[in-house]
Amino acid sequence: MAQAFFGGVHPHDMKAATNEKAIEQLAPPAVVVIPMSMHFGAPCTPLVKAGDHVKVGQKIGEFHGLGAPIHASVSGTVKAVEPRPYSMGGNIMSVVIDNDFQDEVSEEVKAPADPNALSVEEMVEIVKNAGIVGMGGATFPTHVKITSGIGKVSTVIINGAECEPYITGDHRTMLERPEEIIGGAKFLAKMFGVDKVVIGVEDNKQNGIDAMNKVIAEQKAPVVVEPLRCRYPQGGEKQLCQAITGRQVPPGGLPADIGCAVFNINTTCAIYRALTTGMPVVRKIVTVSGSGVVEPKNLECPIGTPVTNLLDACGGLKDGTFKLIAGGPMMGMAQYTADIPVAKGTGAILAFCENEEKTVENPQCIRCGKCVSVCPMHLEPLFMYQYASKGMVEELNDAHIMDCMECGACSYICPARMHLTHMFKTGKQLVKDKAAADRAAAEAKKKAEEAKEAAAK
Amino acid sequence: MTDYKNLKLIATSSPHIRAAENTRTIMLDVIIAMMPALIWAIVKFGFRALILTAVSVIGCIVFEWGYRKIMKKPQSVNDLSAVVTGILLAFVCPVNMPYWMILVGDFFAIVVVKQLFGGIGKNFINPALAGRAALVASYAGTMSGAWADPQAGWVPVVGTADVVTAATPLAYMKSGDMAGLTSQYSVTDMFLGNIGGSLGEISALLLIVGGLYLIWRKVISWHTPVAYIATVAVLTFLFPKGGADNVQFMLYSIFSGGLMLGAFFMATDYTTSPVTKTGQLIFGVGCGLLTVFIRYFGSYPEGVCYSIMIMNLVVALIDKAVKPSRFGVVKSANKEAAAK
Ligand code: SF4
Ligand code: SF4
Repeated sequence: MAQAFFGGVHPHDMKAATNEKAIEQLAPPAVVVIPMSMHFGAPCTPLVKAGDHVKVGQKIGEFHGLGAPIHASVSGTVKAVEPRPYSMGGNIMSVVIDNDFQDEVSEEVKAPADPNALSVEEMVEIVKNAGIVGMGGATFPTHVKITSGIGKVSTVIINGAECEPYITGDHRTMLERPEEIIGGAKFLAKMFGVDKVVIGVEDNKQNGIDAMNKVIAEQKAPVVVEPLRCRYPQGGEKQLCQAITGRQVPPGGLPADIGCAVFNINTTCAIYRALTTGMPVVRKIVTVSGSGVVEPKNLECPIGTPVTNLLDACGGLKDGTFKLIAGGPMMGMAQYTADIPVAKGTGAILAFCENEEKTVENPQCIRCGKCVSVCPMHLEPLFMYQYASKGMVEELNDAHIMDCMECGACSYICPARMHLTHMFKTGKQLVKDKAAADRAAAEAKKKAEEAKEAAAK
Repeated sequence: MTDYKNLKLIATSSPHIRAAENTRTIMLDVIIAMMPALIWAIVKFGFRALILTAVSVIGCIVFEWGYRKIMKKPQSVNDLSAVVTGILLAFVCPVNMPYWMILVGDFFAIVVVKQLFGGIGKNFINPALAGRAALVASYAGTMSGAWADPQAGWVPVVGTADVVTAATPLAYMKSGDMAGLTSQYSVTDMFLGNIGGSLGEISALLLIVGGLYLIWRKVISWHTPVAYIATVAVLTFLFPKGGADNVQFMLYSIFSGGLMLGAFFMATDYTTSPVTKTGQLIFGVGCGLLTVFIRYFGSYPEGVCYSIMIMNLVVALIDKAVKPSRFGVVKSANKEAAAK
């Protein structure tokens, strides 16, 4: 068994609602709304305008700098290019396509003649053009992770921990499409030039582990499945690296700094599909669950499918549903509206109608220390909370608030129901603002001095 | 189908789920853990023990409620922490004290020590111990003079004039009279609780049972009680008084004077103990050292109460000094950073 990381919590995993339900194909939506920002980095520029005809897999958004291109997920006519609400909050420029239900595939989608004969550069190019990003929710462009990691990375890890409660999309993928995962893992091994890829899976998914092991044995693939202790946040990149290699990512660093690169299960499948069929990221598996959902399900749908279509396919929402979350219950974002589309990073849509959050009116820290013993980043949330609520930026820095990964473990465990994680989001912003202000002040000072010097000359 | 346009959605920050345990369930667990010792007190001292405890609990609730009402602060009695304080204070008082007297202690514990500093989580001294200290200072005769002898039957519910009193084991040990002690109480008496002493402290066994329950329920961790008791055990084993046998003296020491009550229920008080496990070990050892020191050299036989209160005062220092190692920074680098 792999090593452990410090801290963590054991929320009730609530996965039973969907983990025996096969991935269903959602009936094609009449309209898709494709946001131009579904990745970490600057939004894409739309390449189409209202009235254009588009086909599945056609590039409709081009990225600049850090990012990944965006493709049409259905064929049909562009109805509008306009700002629409999306799951990260606020509105974003989106391409709205009326589905013609023809499923015409774009000429741009070309399967490589022999995927196994591709060079590393060719593979990375295909990954880049396929618009692949971290599909676990982080949405970091995958081609950047690969190019920046080649040469540095000796351990390639596939993240099958799926430690967030409720979500079972990765688990179902392991059971239903293990060859895609293993195939993708083999390509990753080739790209990084490593002789082994490790798939980390929480040990509550034994049948998923078995399914993958069977394919590994059949294909004699250079892949090993490592069962991990079931504990949130086992699927955090840093915790996963720690559990598998025993090494800790340095503060402010990346897994590559300790020779690791981590890819999500669905990212790996997307790599496999792009390299074998040429199809970019146009579909997504979404777990729809939670107390507010009549019949929880795993659904596969085109990117841009309105969330309401998914909810309808699950029998709608129960009365009294007061919370709609894009993502898991620990780190997902609560939504103001159901009028949002599925994006590349949307692994789950949860609806709650019971008091899962168990809020209280006047949270009072009782100094129980539980938050300290669960923080996987070795922080002391109770003190950070005091500093953040008083705006004490220096103390926040000394308490290493920037190490906080906002995993929510401290808030989850806190018996006083303090809003710890929320306060740290604010606190981190304070620290960043202060640093920016300091930089600006320093620059202004330098400018003023230069001006003075120039004047003196 | 659902009317998605008119959903009343609340968009609060993550996480969206919370553990089942809250302040109230934790306090409830502490109350449950104290029940065996309370029942034992009733068995040994009679219903006066129950009534005194009830008076103390009601006193604490009323003072907490009243204070917050007058100060127009949100009510907090629902968290049950006042109930815990009430029981604990009764546990460290003699069963034959007048009922009104414990209310004075309640007032001091709840109003002066807890609420004036801002309520739960803000006080830096354990309220029950501070309440007891205030009573000892004000009514020394009652508080540390005559202890009802549980071997002489129940204490009357009303009037305490003819209570049979006995010296506590600590008094014998203080004077080094091991012969007197062993003839009065056997080690088994000490362990089970057939000895004189304050209301809830006499049965080491039942307090250990309660403590183990709290550890099992993850309300407390083992660090503080184990460090505390082990420190007292080692020191008293090494330096027995009055020419007593090492093991015998050690056993009498750890089973007496409310050490178990202090170690499991007082030193583990969240608000007044360190938040890191290492800090809790240091805290426990400190309590142990001070307890033995006071028992050996103090003018007063009992050391648990004051040693914990003294350690309460250095908790802030311990929390400052003991920090978790930073994630991703190896030990040596940590030290270098500290040296800078
Ligand atoms: S878990 Fe909550 S109550 Fe306990 S110390 Fe942390 S912030 Fe305070
Ligand atoms: S949210 Fe931040 S402080 Fe809280 S447990 Fe996670 S990493 Fe630690």
